[in-house]
Amino acid sequence: MAMLEVKNLEVSYGMIRALKGVSFEINEGEIIALIGSNGAGKTTTLQTISGILKPKAGEVIFKGKEITKVPAHKIVAMGLAHVPEGRRVFSQLTVYQNLQMGAYTRKNSAEIAETLRDVYSHFPRLEERKNQDAGTLSGGEQQMLAMGRAMMSKPDLLLMDEPSMGLSPILVKEIFSIIQSLHDAGTTILLVEQNAKMALSIADRAYVLETGSIAMSGNARDMLEDEKIKTAYLGQ
Amino acid sequence: MSFLSYLINGVSLGSVYAIIALGYTMVYGIAKMLNFAHGDVIMVGGYVVYIAMNTYGLGAIPSIIVSMIFCTVLGVVIEGVAYKPLRGASSSLAVLITAIGMSYFLQNAAQLIFGAETKAFSSVVSIPPLHLADGKLTITGEAIVTVAACIVIMAALMLFVNKTKPGRAMLAVSEDKDTARLMGVNVNATISLTFAIGAALAAIAGALLCSSYPSLTPTTGAMPGIKAFVAAVFGGIGSIPGAMLGGILLGIIENLVKAYISTQVADAIVFGVLIGVLLVKPTGIFGKKVHEKV
Repeated sequence: MAMLEVKNLEVSYGMIRALKGVSFEINEGEIIALIGSNGAGKTTTLQTISGILKPKAGEVIFKGKEITKVPAHKIVAMGLAHVPEGRRVFSQLTVYQNLQMGAYTRKNSAEIAETLRDVYSHFPRLEERKNQDAGTLSGGEQQMLAMGRAMMSKPDLLLMDEPSMGLSPILVKEIFSIIQSLHDAGTTILLVEQNAKMALSIADRAYVLETGSIAMSGNARDMLEDEKIKTAYLGQ
Repeated sequence: MSFLSYLINGVSLGSVYAIIALGYTMVYGIAKMLNFAHGDVIMVGGYVVYIAMNTYGLGAIPSIIVSMIFCTVLGVVIEGVAYKPLRGASSSLAVLITAIGMSYFLQNAAQLIFGAETKAFSSVVSIPPLHLADGKLTITGEAIVTVAACIVIMAALMLFVNKTKPGRAMLAVSEDKDTARLMGVNVNATISLTFAIGAALAAIAGALLCSSYPSLTPTTGAMPGIKAFVAAVFGGIGSIPGAMLGGILLGIIENLVKAYISTQVADAIVFGVLIGVLLVKPTGIFGKKVHEKV
């Protein structure tokens, strides 16, 4: 059974149709890349899955349950976490308080403490800066915090929106190796990226979104070799 | 000695402003709206205490508790009926105008129910005044209770916001609603809770205000409401310590101006202070310093 099924999703902003019937699925244990240019609808797709946006038509099925009409604040407790575009850390809270916000829906404090240790082991930098206001972190550290915060809910499926945005090549590599290790630890990942090369190199399968529709899909390795993908998204 | 007594009265009046300003500032911080009907909830709180004490013969504390419950429900209902439907509106002016409308509605409803005439409010404070310096300086029981209430409320709110889960959720919502939702925070419930707390504080402020200035009319809450709004902006809107400091400073300025300059221009000077502060420091004394790196 697919962990996430997206069926004929249609989303509009007023008169503008952002998604025109998007369908795809993610199986347990996969890393799926969703690539496409600016304005193709990548962020809209993620926001609709996590309930921030409500679709005009179509459905989102997570672990066999339809969540299309479930409010956003109830979806995270079902095991779906979303690392938003632009990190969106709570700048006036400390690093530690941000991480605690990530565990907002969890009750068992012993289990939360265990997840916190796990997050710190992935991101030692966050532990060093745990009492610092999140707003004072560098862009890379904020990205780590946003990822760590999402991990605090112990998600089965992690949605990541442009984790490499605005980061130096070294940091991009670091972030992607952490994504890989999260995946190795058993988390299923949906990765939205403009950096198609990095995304395809780490993903199992990929979907290409063009002006609100899925234009192409397939094995990520094959796509790296595809001529159309190369010219349109890999700059070769 | 008279200066000291004006100062103490100023601190006492300022504490009432501070309690009201806390409601303004919390609602602004979380819902990003100015609830101009907040002052009129004070008036409603005053009437509830008045009726509970005079008609039903309840004691001061039970009357205040009844008033707090009534105002909490009122605050949540006002939010749900008048403001919530406008939360997605494209212009934030819509909700501002609605708040002004709600303010007039409450004033006129009170006039219809209780009449326009002034009611003589009997104080909720029964502790005797304190005579100091051979009786040259008198501190009223009302002043003592008001200042103490203000300090306790402020400390409790700071603890609540920083140390409890719903409080932390308020901070998260005030900064970024969508991301707070992604954490699992019910934003609508958090906003309702904020209105509930603000309205409960308004009920306390109403009882204290009417005890110090024992006359109650349907417009009793209007001017203190506006002054508390000034205090909140003065201190830095959205900031809890800012509301407290802004309120107390405003009370002191108002009382000293009344004592030494003129009663008639006191309000003009108070609002002049607001303009001055906004010119020099547009975010107020404790204005939020958002240091965000992108």
